[in-house]
Amino acid sequence: MKQLLLKNGRVIDPANGIDGQADVLLEKGKVQKVGARISPGGADVIDCKGLLVCPGFIDMHVHLREPGQEWKETIETGTRCAAHSGFTAVACMPNTTPVNDSRSVTELIVNAARERGMVRVHPIGAVSKGQKGEELAEMSDMVDAGAVAFSDDGHPVRSSLLMRKALEYSQIFGVPVIDHCEDRELVDGGVMNEGDVSTRLGLKGWPSVAEDILVQRDILLAEYTGGHVHIAHMSTGKAAEFVRRAKKQKVKVTCEVTPHHFALTDEAVGEFDTDAKMNPPLRSEADRKALIKAIADGTIDAIATDHAPHHPDEKCVEFACAPFGIIGLETAIPLSIDLLVHAGVISWDRLVELFTVNPARILGIEAGTLTPGVAADVTVIDPDREFVVDKSTTESKSVNTPFHGWKLRGCSVLTIVGGRIVHNRDE
Amino acid sequence: MSLSSGHLLGIANLDAEEIVRILDTAETFAEISTREIKKVPTLRGRTVVNFFVEPSTRTRSSFELAEKRLSADSLNFSASSSSFSKGESLLDTARTLEAMAPDFIVMRHSQPGAPHFLARHGQASIINAGDGPHEHPTQALLDAYTIRQHKGKIDGLRVAIVGDVRHSRVALSNIHLLTKLGATVVACSPPTMLPRGLETLGCEVTHRPDEALEGADVVMGLRVQLERMTSGFFPSLREYARLYGINRERLRRAKSDAIVMHPGPMNRGVEIAGDVADGERSVILEQVTNGVAVRMAVLYLLAGERDKAA
Repeated sequence: MKQLLLKNGRVIDPANGIDGQADVLLEKGKVQKVGARISPGGADVIDCKGLLVCPGFIDMHVHLREPGQEWKETIETGTRCAAHSGFTAVACMPNTTPVNDSRSVTELIVNAARERGMVRVHPIGAVSKGQKGEELAEMSDMVDAGAVAFSDDGHPVRSSLLMRKALEYSQIFGVPVIDHCEDRELVDGGVMNEGDVSTRLGLKGWPSVAEDILVQRDILLAEYTGGHVHIAHMSTGKAAEFVRRAKKQKVKVTCEVTPHHFALTDEAVGEFDTDAKMNPPLRSEADRKALIKAIADGTIDAIATDHAPHHPDEKCVEFACAPFGIIGLETAIPLSIDLLVHAGVISWDRLVELFTVNPARILGIEAGTLTPGVAADVTVIDPDREFVVDKSTTESKSVNTPFHGWKLRGCSVLTIVGGRIVHNRDE
Repeated sequence: MSLSSGHLLGIANLDAEEIVRILDTAETFAEISTREIKKVPTLRGRTVVNFFVEPSTRTRSSFELAEKRLSADSLNFSASSSSFSKGESLLDTARTLEAMAPDFIVMRHSQPGAPHFLARHGQASIINAGDGPHEHPTQALLDAYTIRQHKGKIDGLRVAIVGDVRHSRVALSNIHLLTKLGATVVACSPPTMLPRGLETLGCEVTHRPDEALEGADVVMGLRVQLERMTSGFFPSLREYARLYGINRERLRRAKSDAIVMHPGPMNRGVEIAGDVADGERSVILEQVTNGVAVRMAVLYLLAGERDKAA
């Protein structure tokens, strides 16, 4: 493989405290050197003047749908979409068919990703067998096969006893338990955020308190057991406050937020738009503002998409009948740049941290930095390039996005995985 | 989206002027139902599909009568007899209906937004005849018509809506309509059956029926929709009737000339006492009569909008 020299860019590498003009040399799939005026030698030179050169962005929450739901997405299409979106790695949830609750399924995903994947794929194993919430799945086997975390994803761990055991047992491997916080009894079949919009639309509400209760329960259990709980797609202001407080008390709790939860509110449901139906649902404006604040003050560790492809036939139904979820890879970085950095909420450094070193640390993977010697995963960003969301050109197999037609400023232009360019927006 | 959209999806989409236009038009149509030959050729050659995916007797009969009195050709397409029950998607059913080129589809469905879905995926004018707990616009219109008939106006009246507000499309459409026309609406339910944020629609909200009825010009009972209940919103029907049933005793708080309404079907002895339902203040059967005229008016006005668009 040829050497690659990224010249004259603004290098942002929060883990190493770097933010400034520098060159980055990639060699043999690894970061070789970061410094001023590196001589090209025999390397291919890419002029990155005016661009931001960052560690490869990581999306720690996606659904690749393979095995078992290939009409929605596959490892091939999902990772191609990730590459085109500026991500060099994704962590995929276990709610496949069959569920990723065993070594064999984890291996299948790892092998498929090796053969057909454009970016790195880190499987997340199920907490419980079959995601049934009854008994622990064989975590050790899955860790050996490459699992980086455990989650029952859309099936929140209902039993506090099982959650306790998961938080204890996962400590053997030093991996987090990721929880989708939803008290199913309280949600009682709700399909959108409970509030004046659900009332106006006659739709059954999914109350924010049903999320808050589980977030607080998980925090208490993490504190009690010493385990690491990671709150997936946090959507309420209260939950953010609980996490903020817990972090002050040194509880091992981390959390992520999705771009749609900081970009939209329940008003986006409009007249029953199923592309605005996801779980947890879009919340109130007060919640949205609270999430933005939590991103700014450091409470939130990562931005993750919860990329959830669904076939158009599945989404083109009555609102209550539609599956939850939207695709999110392609819009994540442009939305975050436009609505967080350009809007003055956070610095570039903080944005990069949210997408790189933080998710890498949570998942315990050696990535998210440009430290010489680590894999040459790099995301290059054009801070000002216009990005128009167009579902007709998406690389995902599915098109379920509420952002179609949005014009955003800032996007990735180059995605490099292991020193190889996997996407160049100008080609 | 207003009437000019060619659809009647909900009262939320109408402005006060359009509502009054429908009510005024209904007045002119009411007379037809008193004639010996109750039929005019207004919608001759037009096709109306009554697409009912949820059981309904009075609404469907009322629409059918309205269609027949306007000389439209109508076709009934119900859940039990359709491929809908064989698992066909709403989109495919909509396309199938559409392929028969109806001018109107009157739709009753258990899911909020189902008529909006149909409106997005076809050419026919959609009339929402009740979409789950969302809206039931023609019911609110016939209620308003009945109130106007008795009170001569709507502006300035105090209307108490008592019952299962949470599961009631009638309540939601009425709150929209009556507040748009200047009435003060008080919605009253047990706290377990009050949807959150209801007050943002511009009504007052209380869980005390005596407070709701105090000085009311109109008292509207709502059916306790037992079939929609997934969990106990109150301990027993007996207790519900005692706390929230509209009875003679409770009605004393309303104005002496207050009228009593109910969209039907009634659970006698639960949300409304039998003697109140049958009493001199009850206008419940007039509501049914007026339904036909109001639905004729809606069909007529939407046909006009279709002609304009054509």
